[in-house]
Amino acid sequence: MIIALIKPFKLEEVREALTGIGISGMMVSEIKGFGAQSGHTEIYRGAEYAVNYVPKIRLEIAVTDALADQVIDTIASTARTGKIGDGKIFTLDLAAAMRVRTGETNEDAI
Amino acid sequence: MKHFTSLAAGTALLALPSMALAQDAAPAAVSDEMVWIMNTLLFLIGGFLVFFMAAGFTMLEGGLVRSKNVTMQMTKNVALFSLATIFYWAFGYNLMYPLGDWAIEGYFSALFPAPGVLEAVGIDLSGADDAGYASTASDFFFQLMFAAATASIVSGALAERIKLWPFLVFVVILTSLIYPLQASWKWGGGFLETGWNNAELAAAELSYFYDFAGSTVVHSVGGWAALTGAIILGPRLGKYGKDGRVNPMPGSNLALATLGTFILWLGWFGFNGGSQLAMGSVGDIADVGRIFANTNAAAAAGAVMALILTQVLYRKPDLTMILNGALAGLVSITAEPLTPSLGMATLIGGIGGVIVVFAVPFLDRLKIDDVVGAIPVHLCAGIWGTLAVVLTNPDATLIGQIVSIVIVGVFVSVTSGIVWMILKTTMGIRVDEEAEINGLDMAELGMEAYPEFSKG
Repeated sequence: MIIALIKPFKLEEVREALTGIGISGMMVSEIKGFGAQSGHTEIYRGAEYAVNYVPKIRLEIAVTDALADQVIDTIASTARTGKIGDGKIFTLDLAAAMRVRTGETNEDAI
Repeated sequence: MKHFTSLAAGTALLALPSMALAQDAAPAAVSDEMVWIMNTLLFLIGGFLVFFMAAGFTMLEGGLVRSKNVTMQMTKNVALFSLATIFYWAFGYNLMYPLGDWAIEGYFSALFPAPGVLEAVGIDLSGADDAGYASTASDFFFQLMFAAATASIVSGALAERIKLWPFLVFVVILTSLIYPLQASWKWGGGFLETGWNNAELAAAELSYFYDFAGSTVVHSVGGWAALTGAIILGPRLGKYGKDGRVNPMPGSNLALATLGTFILWLGWFGFNGGSQLAMGSVGDIADVGRIFANTNAAAAAGAVMALILTQVLYRKPDLTMILNGALAGLVSITAEPLTPSLGMATLIGGIGGVIVVFAVPFLDRLKIDDVVGAIPVHLCAGIWGTLAVVLTNPDATLIGQIVSIVIVGVFVSVTSGIVWMILKTTMGIRVDEEAEINGLDMAELGMEAYPEFSKG
């Protein structure tokens, strides 16, 4: 299971790159958070205020072990701008998987 | 008559040389009936344009409050307009226009508290209240809209924390007593119109007050009432941090706020143009044209100045300030939209826009919480506009303008301060902490403006 946090404007580029290497599904959520990029300040009607959370896109992709490294490399190279706030990629072991429609399990379900 | 004229025109076209003769002839005089009709028409057109400003205020305020208070802001605006209609008829109109019949000469109408009465159905000119002017109903309709606009100004400044009913009680008193009484001093032929209590100054024409469409009589009155209300009511919870920092509370819908501003901008043509009060002659309608052009120029200049200043000061333009800037330009030109050139109107409105950009953070430093910028727009720019009359109208004097601003300001601040204090001690004017945090929509009305969106 690969969890990637990327800049929102990179989502379409990453999706295209991943489908290009044969990934057939992923979960996408809009999230807010902070990391090294931290927040920034904006001004509304003359009053400065801190924006403590930065919007990001969270991708969750279930992949077979064989594909994992290629997926990680693809996301990293596509989502990278070189500027602070490009995001992070985490890899977790997935205990089990099942396709609801057919009842197939594990690698067959992915 | 009409048939005859068109025949004459036809003949002129056939025989070109006769056109020169036709131009030399003196224009046919406009009949008294036509003057009466045209004046009445101006009041009706001006009146429904100013009426629509109620929609403008409502959308502006609805866009600048947070989504949890939008239903309440809509409710206050439709209720205040409707109450203003009833109470300006019941008390305000005759208090504002004594028609020379004073209980206290120059200060208090003897016609109060009689309600306004219309002319009979289907009159001819001999049955008119004032055969040389316009229909009473059209005048009442037009003037009523100004009273309602004054109340609208107050609602925006006090949004998101004031209880519905005490606010509406204040609106009733503002539109039936406070606004019409001070307006009678100027527009009802009272002491601000005829020269205040100093024979020497009056003789030197130093004490006359010039306020064409109401930078002071309407806008600053709403502004003073809003200022005293905002001080007595206190800021929204969390608006000002303990360490003195200001916490912005961004509005829920800047598209609505922008629409509201454009609606107000449109309505202002009626507000200022209608205040010519006559269009039965070439001179009058030409003046209405000047007023429209100047009013528009001032609004545009106010918006541009706020656009440039917020870009320079804050690195990014602030739309809410640009909207306030346009309105400040409009308020600034309201005291004298007729005599300025387009260039002067642009200058006067532009300075209004500058005033707003500095007045909004200044009020925040004083911890006076004005949700929509009503005080900078209507009070600060209203004072500037009233002073700016002397730039283009040679009849106006600085001392006459300043003293009148002070008289109106003290009167409205004291009377509305007393009313707010009485309301605070009797009904209470502020919702409790939990209601304010949850939003007035659910707490006071049990109804959300956007029930299908998550809370913002």
